[in-house]
Amino acid sequence: MTSLTLVRRIRARPAIVFEALTAPDGIAQWWGPDAGPVLLAETDVRIGGRFRVRFRMLDGTEHESTGEYLEVAESKRLVMSWQWTSGGEPEEAGEVSRVEIDLKGIDAGTEITFTHTRLRTEASRASHERGWAGALDKLARHFSTERIS
Amino acid sequence: MVNHMDRQLDRTFAALMDGTRRAILAHLERDHSASVSELAKPFAIKLPAVMKHLDVLHDAGLITRSKAGRVVTVRLRHEPMREAMDWLRRYERFWSTSLDRLAAYAERREADARKKGR
Repeated sequence: MTSLTLVRRIRARPAIVFEALTAPDGIAQWWGPDAGPVLLAETDVRIGGRFRVRFRMLDGTEHESTGEYLEVAESKRLVMSWQWTSGGEPEEAGEVSRVEIDLKGIDAGTEITFTHTRLRTEASRASHERGWAGALDKLARHFSTERIS
Repeated sequence: MVNHMDRQLDRTFAALMDGTRRAILAHLERDHSASVSELAKPFAIKLPAVMKHLDVLHDAGLITRSKAGRVVTVRLRHEPMREAMDWLRRYERFWSTSLDRLAAYAERREADARKKGR
């Protein structure tokens, strides 16, 4: 299963980080791959509730993702399904991935472990093999000097 | 963000799902080229099984095969792998930048809260 994991240490308490992750006015401050604006942020933070976020990149293109909150543990853990959409319709039929976020209180503030899993679900269905992401990372190092976290 | 997804990526990822095939690719990355029997040597499987794996890799465009006499030489094709890595890196870039901005925002909020003595 293809997945991406990132770990960050943030000098803020878990309650503040959790709010930044879930409140629309918080999301508007950080969501997106460059400094382009968040155009819309809606969240219904409870199990079964949905989120929808639309942003514009600096190159002018607009992107939107939506999903459902699958686990909600205030200031501790957040799990949601993830799908890119365009005008409310899924961009890729069946391409639903999953985002898992864990927050751990540390002396300096919060350690956040962020994982985007079930990328390439089609490929994942073809095999139950474990350790795929690690193996892919190794191959990535063979083919590139860039780092995959 | 997802328009890049296409059949080639699915083929690449599907081909990479198998440990034997990944080992074959690693071998080719290391030695640049190898004969089929050299590639089969490390595995406890029969030659026809190795040939099937090579067919999958070939169909995915990950290897080339050339025949000279009775020897088939197998070589790596880097492009599909690079495309797969690029695709994964787009997600990495998206979340890496987002999390950096999230951290900066949360840290500002924390500093504000402390100023207010909370």
